[in-house]
Amino acid sequence: MTTLSPPSDPARVLADTSEGAARLLRLGGRLTIATASDLDRAFALIQPEARPLIVDVAQCARVDTTGAWLIHRLVRDWKAGGQPATVRGASADVLQLIDRLGAADRKRGPRRPPARGIAATLANIGGAMIGAIATLGGFLDFLGTTLLALARTLPRPAKWRWDPIIYQGEAVMVNALGIVGLMSFLVGFVIAQQGAVQLKQFGADVFTINLIGRATLRELGVLMTAIMVAGRSGAAFAAQIGSMKLNEEVDALRTIGMSPYEVLVLPRLLALVLTMPLLAFFAALCALIGGGLYCWIDLSIPPVTFIARIREVVPMTDFYITLIKAPVFAVVIAITGCFQGMQVTGNAESVGQRTTAAVVQSIFLVIVLDAFLAVFFAALGWI
Amino acid sequence: MADSAAQAQAPLPDPVIHIEGLKNAFGDKVIHQNLALDVHPGEVLGVVGGSGTGKSVLMRSIIGLQLPAEGRITVFGEDVDKLTDAQGADLRRRWGVLFQNGALFSGLTVAENIEVPMREFYRMPQRLMDEIAAYKLALVGLPADAAAKYPSELSGGMVKRAALARALALDPRLLFLDEPTSGLDPISAAAFDELIGELKRTLGLTVFMITHDLDSLHAICDRVAVLAEKRVLGVGTIPELMRLDHPWIKSYFGGPRGRAALGQEAA
Repeated sequence: MTTLSPPSDPARVLADTSEGAARLLRLGGRLTIATASDLDRAFALIQPEARPLIVDVAQCARVDTTGAWLIHRLVRDWKAGGQPATVRGASADVLQLIDRLGAADRKRGPRRPPARGIAATLANIGGAMIGAIATLGGFLDFLGTTLLALARTLPRPAKWRWDPIIYQGEAVMVNALGIVGLMSFLVGFVIAQQGAVQLKQFGADVFTINLIGRATLRELGVLMTAIMVAGRSGAAFAAQIGSMKLNEEVDALRTIGMSPYEVLVLPRLLALVLTMPLLAFFAALCALIGGGLYCWIDLSIPPVTFIARIREVVPMTDFYITLIKAPVFAVVIAITGCFQGMQVTGNAESVGQRTTAAVVQSIFLVIVLDAFLAVFFAALGWI
Repeated sequence: MADSAAQAQAPLPDPVIHIEGLKNAFGDKVIHQNLALDVHPGEVLGVVGGSGTGKSVLMRSIIGLQLPAEGRITVFGEDVDKLTDAQGADLRRRWGVLFQNGALFSGLTVAENIEVPMREFYRMPQRLMDEIAAYKLALVGLPADAAAKYPSELSGGMVKRAALARALALDPRLLFLDEPTSGLDPISAAAFDELIGELKRTLGLTVFMITHDLDSLHAICDRVAVLAEKRVLGVGTIPELMRLDHPWIKSYFGGPRGRAALGQEAA
């Protein structure tokens, strides 16, 4: 609520008397919205009686539509009781206003009361199920259309839209280098520090290097990158496509004869698939630098030794695993973001909901997939 | 006799909006330079001008959304850029603004949109707010079932009317309308004009209306201000303006559409 200066000259009932057989109600003050609730309360106490009513507004300084509405309502309800009710002392303008509001008075549709009880709970569950199934159907539709668009475009490199791919690549990778690098550096540093504290107890502090190398190159580099990209780019995809959808830009593309999947979805998908391995590798390197720095400072292991040791203990398969996982995560993030963007309907709130859903779902899916792939690669013997 | 002479001598009542020496600029691009304009109480002022002459910018600077580079704007006698919070709230309660695209809050139903200003400024029972919202909707010519709908479920013309209902929610003394009849069919546009004219008469409303609708200009505007060359080229009734010797004004009112709207008097 904003604070306002108190209204001067509030609307009020000056006198409630009789004139002959009729009840006379003399109103005064400014009959405006500012003090309408006081008048509303006063009028609520007036019940229709078996005698006529006269409402005298001659001493009212001003009557706006709210004031006129209250008078109209009083007169209407009194008349419903079977006795005449008249307005006296009003200027022609005020009478016209009251007439106009009388014409605007119509039965209001009843407010739907909020449903309660077991039936409502069941209805909610049912609605959520139907929504989930519809979303699943929509997702399959989206996935299929995207794959079809990909199949149409991939064999013809002339039709690839390089400009948006490069533009998106810059947005999702080049502009993310700083934050992803810093985050990975700190993660590497922290792993080294925590690892060193524990391993020192066994006099095995040199194994800190094994821990850093294997954890970052195999798991953390790509996983942390995927989470950061989901938060940055997945959200951006959903919000961009969602606002374009609200603004009918997606429909405009369709009417021009351009497929939104080819124009909006594919460039984002391809850009992310192409740049995510680079970003993940960069993140792993930064984590190694962070870990190496800690080893140098705290364990007095010089960088040359650190690098030589990394080459000994980290198998090449760890690096392959990162390179395989990165594009898979990229597909998950890009598809989720673009799909949620395309699901936007109606209003700004929907953009917010869909963007949130895009981030939450893509991070969740990335972690689930990562767990699955960890088991898979172990089964392959890439331990 | 002395009385009537004194009345004839009496100056015009204080203008509701008073603008002097206004300059608006975006970077190097100057939109308004030394612009002056008065809007008098109880009049409907139409504002016309070619695209890009800064009609909307003028309205935005009056309602305080655009900070002018130079100049002074007063509304109800108060300087709009020197207001305390309480004064600002007091002023905003006394005006209603209809934006070009409606600017309804998309997350609220039409009825809730209309109740937003009431909730913000007054403590009123929900039942009374519902009643007020219902009759405002009827006044602007929307069906009763529109109240429960969301803006995305309305047609363009309905959005405009719902937005007008919101602008009228607090029974303002001053109404700003940015192209109110664009996007309405001619019948609705005429009804709109009639509604504005009636509210003006019965409530003493002052209206600042940007419009290109020559019929509206003709039907309800007491005076018309022409924006061109970074300033107000002229203010007056349409016949007065047509006497000005300016090519834009001549082609605006004297063109085929202008002549059709003004009927025989321009021929």
